[in-house]
Amino acid sequence: MSSTGPESFSRREPGSISRRDFLKKTAIVAAGALIPLAALEILSPARAQALVDDAATGPLHWVFLVDTYKCVGCGFCVKACKLENEVPYETEATRTWVERYVLTKDGGFHADSPEGARDGFITPKIKIGPGEYQDIKPEDIAKAYFVPKLCNQCNLPPCVQVCPVGATYKAPDGVVLVDRTWCIGCGYCIMACPYGARFFHPKYRTAEKCNFCYHRLAKGLSPACVQACPFGARQIGNLNDPNDPVAKVITTERIAVLKSEYGTKPQVFYLGLDQEVR
Amino acid sequence: MKNRVLNNHLLRPLLVVIGVIIIVLVVRQLYVPGDFGIHVPGYTYGWYREGNIEDWKQVTVKYQGREYCANCHTTEVDLISTSPHAIIQCENCHGPGVGHPPDPPKLVIDKSRELCLRCHSELQYPSNPRSAIKGIDPVAHNPNVECVTCHNPHKPTIPGA
Repeated sequence: MSSTGPESFSRREPGSISRRDFLKKTAIVAAGALIPLAALEILSPARAQALVDDAATGPLHWVFLVDTYKCVGCGFCVKACKLENEVPYETEATRTWVERYVLTKDGGFHADSPEGARDGFITPKIKIGPGEYQDIKPEDIAKAYFVPKLCNQCNLPPCVQVCPVGATYKAPDGVVLVDRTWCIGCGYCIMACPYGARFFHPKYRTAEKCNFCYHRLAKGLSPACVQACPFGARQIGNLNDPNDPVAKVITTERIAVLKSEYGTKPQVFYLGLDQEVR
Repeated sequence: MKNRVLNNHLLRPLLVVIGVIIIVLVVRQLYVPGDFGIHVPGYTYGWYREGNIEDWKQVTVKYQGREYCANCHTTEVDLISTSPHAIIQCENCHGPGVGHPPDPPKLVIDKSRELCLRCHSELQYPSNPRSAIKGIDPVAHNPNVECVTCHNPHKPTIPGA
């Protein structure tokens, strides 16, 4: 920096660039960088709103109703689900499961779900670890109940929002589906689900979850768990049909959903949900 | 002098970048199915391959339901229909009936004690319907004997009663 004054601006070192050239190159690079944007679909606000409106007013919106007063913990639902949906039976992986809650008179709280209740609850002992069980005396029990769980097919599903490749989505009839051919197995959705309803399919190596037995719904059948339940604790219905018996219960009776504080708008509704259930 | 420097240091990398972008766009065009895009219910939750909905609908149904069994096994279905076990689906014990008949020609019946104990292992739970079901203590009640030795699951009665 030996020279100062106006002439130092016009004198350029070899390899330096003039203002004109700099601007030219900048324009070329910026234009080049814009090319990938051409691959994106530009949605007008009107069209985006139309897509959302269609979803809210479609003829079909599948919802599930669980009556915990009726569940006896036989686990036939879990067995039927695993066989119907080819989830390997000997693994702990399962699309639906049943939890047992035992509350004792001294304020104690116990919960278990051995193998997801695939084989039901055939002992009063609570499973507290692999091969470890805890005895609870019948006279100490204040209340005990079973809570069947499954994917909540949330209206605002966090699992779908985090999928980086569009492999999981909310179908127009409200069911959240996984595209096995498109899933890359990154596991974001499994981490994002606040209900622990997702898992890796041991055979397909993709994300897996309950889809209300979508193939059975398409043929006019109930999901396998609904059909297998001898006590009517599980029911499926169409919320957009005012004459649907399940829709009537959900719209006229006192119901609850799991973890409403997450704002996911679950579409599995519970009758008789106790405050201890998470 | 000036142009050579630009060719080497700016234009060549720029051409490489443009080439990569073009290759990515071509591969994307070939690899991504035509029905992949934004559908109902909008971008956040509706960005998917539409054909997958049909894929799921095509999955084989395994559990056929009692009405399917009743097409042939009328005697058994009539018998169980008048018993307290009428609420239990045939396939809960006999296994899914997909393909039967002809393949498999016979279903494998689960006659294990564990199957019956799903409901009939006594759990004394206040205000739960499980305690209203007739139950046994599996350790004390004829251990290691199959329940069907004495009880007929299609017409469950207590022997001697």
